[in-house]
Amino acid sequence: MRPFILDHAPNAAAALQLAAMTPSGDGRVQYLAGGTQLLDLMKLDVMRPERLVNINALRRDHGQINADSHGLTLGALVRMADAADHPRIRQDYPVIAESLWMAASPQLRSMASLAGNVLQRTRCNYFRDTSWGGCNKRRLGSGCAALDGVNRRLAVLGVSEHCIANYPGDFANALVALDAEVEIAATDGSRRWLVFEDLHRPPADTPHIETTLAPGDLITAFHVPAGPWTRRSLYLKIRDRASYDFALASAAVALDLTPCGVVKVARIGIGGLTARPWRSHEAEAILTGRNLDEASAEEAAEAAFAASVTHGQNSFKPELGRRTLVRALLEAKAMEIS
Amino acid sequence: MDVNLTVNGSVHHLTIDVRMALLDVLRERLGLTGTKKGCDQGQCGACTVLIDGRRVLSCLVLAAAVEGGVTTIEGLSGEGAPLHPMQDAFLQCDAFQCGYCTPGQILSAIACVTEGHAGSEHEIREYMSGNLCRCAAYPNIVKAILQAKAKMQATAEDV
Repeated sequence: MRPFILDHAPNAAAALQLAAMTPSGDGRVQYLAGGTQLLDLMKLDVMRPERLVNINALRRDHGQINADSHGLTLGALVRMADAADHPRIRQDYPVIAESLWMAASPQLRSMASLAGNVLQRTRCNYFRDTSWGGCNKRRLGSGCAALDGVNRRLAVLGVSEHCIANYPGDFANALVALDAEVEIAATDGSRRWLVFEDLHRPPADTPHIETTLAPGDLITAFHVPAGPWTRRSLYLKIRDRASYDFALASAAVALDLTPCGVVKVARIGIGGLTARPWRSHEAEAILTGRNLDEASAEEAAEAAFAASVTHGQNSFKPELGRRTLVRALLEAKAMEIS
Repeated sequence: MDVNLTVNGSVHHLTIDVRMALLDVLRERLGLTGTKKGCDQGQCGACTVLIDGRRVLSCLVLAAAVEGGVTTIEGLSGEGAPLHPMQDAFLQCDAFQCGYCTPGQILSAIACVTEGHAGSEHEIREYMSGNLCRCAAYPNIVKAILQAKAKMQATAEDV
């Protein structure tokens, strides 16, 4: 691992100040929360920060979970395990609880922060293994070895000819489905709320820039608005192993149904095979006002994956994604809501 | 870099390279080799220790950023003192073969019980999925956790 300077920030203002001290860009300064990904990628020499700002002391100010009639507010430093086990989240936002406890391992969940989790980098082997030359995400212009390589686990939605890496997280797919917003503090002292769907950028021809965050920006909270659909919600994750694995395909679904099963509101996030956290507005539009049954669910899934682009080994994924979404929709319909 | 590290109740004042993971400080500087280095990438669980009762992967924790008291396998019972119920159950249930993953399994298993995630065999399997065992002693690990859970809960009620 390369040498770096470690600073400890007592609060957000100090963290932002410390981050602003290092000429930013190219990830030269990084916030350290759980560290589960940062230290891993530093050991692999994929991330090479010159300064780490330890923000764990910010948990005092930004580590709360609040659920009220307006919705759910989650501090950025809340640990994944604590949100997953929170009784109100389990009852009123099951899709969030499930997306969290199905992710990673118990140890990683008891370390990792929510903000760190949404900023998770891809697991594409060509990105993680620096012995490969071709990775536009690591080095723009070097090409993409995955296009004709081992790409079984990589993305089929939202990809570009420069990068087909998949976004590996789960929680973010639930956030994007539920219209969440993210609070960001900037080094100039300002704060802003951003629609979560606008946090991650499409790879396009700049796959090395993954989010719309400016250098030094610090995520401080997430807000999930309340709605009649949050209780009838679930996260379905399909993976090679029964547990402790990344999704091959996943669906975050939330439904508001009339008593006879007509869809008033459908909220659909898709993961495992997308370049970034993915909301399927197409599938939602098809279901709205329709009776939810196998036929309408299949039609919605067809629309959700209509824009799929495959590259050999991952050509099974659109079909897997469609089946995952259909099953998630029908299971959500069958949920008994008290 | 100077750090104060509390391990198994003792405070250690150390000067370390800022890059050192907690795992390496435990093994190389404090001689606590019970905590094992497996993958060193946060994937296998062999290096699991507790910090203030939470299970963490010591290979992915910077020693200089540790907040709270660290418990390793060496800290579960004193010299000549009775074993922790989880250690005892692992012995009784033959919950290992080579033993390399065992310290991490035991620390993780203790947290699995204290978190309230040892309600059924299924739940134990899910919440022990971060500890890999190449000898595949999994069935007996599940048995050991169920056995230790009863004892840990009985002991907690006594207190």
